[in-house]
Amino acid sequence: MDQSLRNKNRISRRLREKIIQSIFFTLSLVSILIVGLIFFFLFNEGVPIFQHISIRDFLFGTLWYPTADPPDFGIWPMIIGSIFVTSLASFIAIPLGVFSAVYVSEIAGHRAKEIIKPVIELLASIPSVVIGFFGMVVVSPFLQKTFDLPLGLNVLNASMMLALMAVPTISSISEDALNAVPRSLREASYALGANRWETITRVVLPAGLSGISTAIILGMARAMGETMVVLMVAGGAAAIPGSIFESCRPLPASIAAEMAEAPYRGEHYHALFATGIVLLILTFMFNAIADHLSHKYRMTESG
Amino acid sequence: MNLQRRRKWTQFLGLLCIRLSVTVIAAAMIFMVIFLFINGIGVISWDFLTQQPTDAMTRGGIYPAIIGTLYLTLGSIIVSFPLGVASAIYLNEYARNGRMIRVIRFGINSLAGVPSVVFGLFGLAVFVVYLGFGSSILSGSLTLGLLILPVVIGASEEALKSVPMAYREASLALGATKWQTIRKVVLPAALPGILTGSILGVGRAAGETAPIMFTAAAFYTKVIPDSLLDECMALPYHIYVLATAGTHINETRPIQYGTALVLIGLVLGINLIAIVLRARIRRRQG
Repeated sequence: MDQSLRNKNRISRRLREKIIQSIFFTLSLVSILIVGLIFFFLFNEGVPIFQHISIRDFLFGTLWYPTADPPDFGIWPMIIGSIFVTSLASFIAIPLGVFSAVYVSEIAGHRAKEIIKPVIELLASIPSVVIGFFGMVVVSPFLQKTFDLPLGLNVLNASMMLALMAVPTISSISEDALNAVPRSLREASYALGANRWETITRVVLPAGLSGISTAIILGMARAMGETMVVLMVAGGAAAIPGSIFESCRPLPASIAAEMAEAPYRGEHYHALFATGIVLLILTFMFNAIADHLSHKYRMTESG
Repeated sequence: MNLQRRRKWTQFLGLLCIRLSVTVIAAAMIFMVIFLFINGIGVISWDFLTQQPTDAMTRGGIYPAIIGTLYLTLGSIIVSFPLGVASAIYLNEYARNGRMIRVIRFGINSLAGVPSVVFGLFGLAVFVVYLGFGSSILSGSLTLGLLILPVVIGASEEALKSVPMAYREASLALGATKWQTIRKVVLPAALPGILTGSILGVGRAAGETAPIMFTAAAFYTKVIPDSLLDECMALPYHIYVLATAGTHINETRPIQYGTALVLIGLVLGINLIAIVLRARIRRRQG
């Protein structure tokens, strides 16, 4: 009697444990489910535009007049705009981000580290709309005056502000990579008579290279997907920019600027969702490369 | 001898570059905060924080935007906290199968990489239109909640990882089941860490603009929203609208500075609390 009751108890206990485990398992699948749904709904709302225009003309068309009759839906200027500001922002942010990671991990004393790390973390937390606002009220007049331009809202301004947003990403992930480099490598380098700079450039940086590459690519993905900054300070002209002092309109800015005015399920609406697909695929590619690099990195670390 | 000198010079210049980079970043950050403080502090008053905007937004306060941002932030954490903690518990306490973990992690990393404006499109298509919530606090909170989900998962995982294995082993040795161990031993020990980490997510949600542009934010609402299905004003959107649209961009400049200062004060305050708390927890755990 007693024995069978205990058995019964044990079975129900085990069953309950199983149920609880499967609940947690199901909930942990929500992230991947949402990613799937994002793709599904973007394609669902974006693909109908290709009944009106071929994929080729959409991607490589250079005219964007969504409200004209007949309308033009070519997003090539926006793709170029995105690539332009992302490249220039990376050009600024990569040295700043990697060097600051080197500073925190290799040079700073305990005190300096305690100050610099929170400053970079806080920079990461400043809302993008505030950075965009700063670009409008400070950087734009400054550029106008310095370079004698008619307008300060341009590729350069957007790239500088984007760089500010990418630096914390690059810096904090690079720092993790540098911290993972074994101490013995540095000691061996010093023992061979190398100085600090030589140890950093010839030993520590190469050893952390794949982690740093991950950091750089994630930083670039962040810059490419960032919306408010490019919406506010890139200028907004839907034309291919000829220089860093010209206005442009990257992909996210195009979506954010026009979505409110696009009639529901009209061609314009579908075209903006299709623009979202292009942006999503571009950032997804960056993230996939970063993911690949970081796995490679983990393997070399343990091996 | 010449080589020695050159090595020394290279080192000097190299280290100088590194120090300069750090200085540039810190200076940019500090200049930005101080600039907004100096220009915004004059505008901020009790009335500014507690009054409605008046005269086509050129005067009055930003009370509805503050309330709207609080609602949206609170809503997003209600959405993301249970999901995030549950995912972290599965990954850290239950998951054994390496391939399954990789799939889940891939999902989380991908979600973290989705651009914020794409979240806005998703929220528009799903919550506003498909589920029929309209442009509302509910749609905005759900969209923001999904956006910060990866942050909450990451924070919770870190907190769970820092609970010593011995706690779990002791509990299991006493005959507790896995779930009892998690609920009575692991979670209480990890809770402070989970909460501090999640605060970072809250800070992120408070400052985001693009995801709420088409899902929740209104340029102007006459009254404070009294239902989840109402539109609301929000601090980040308020800055964006005043600074870029409308006919009174220059007249509303002081209000823009004031709003930016309130937002940055809110977000930096939230993050500073999280950073300080986290440092204390880490120190206590050694």
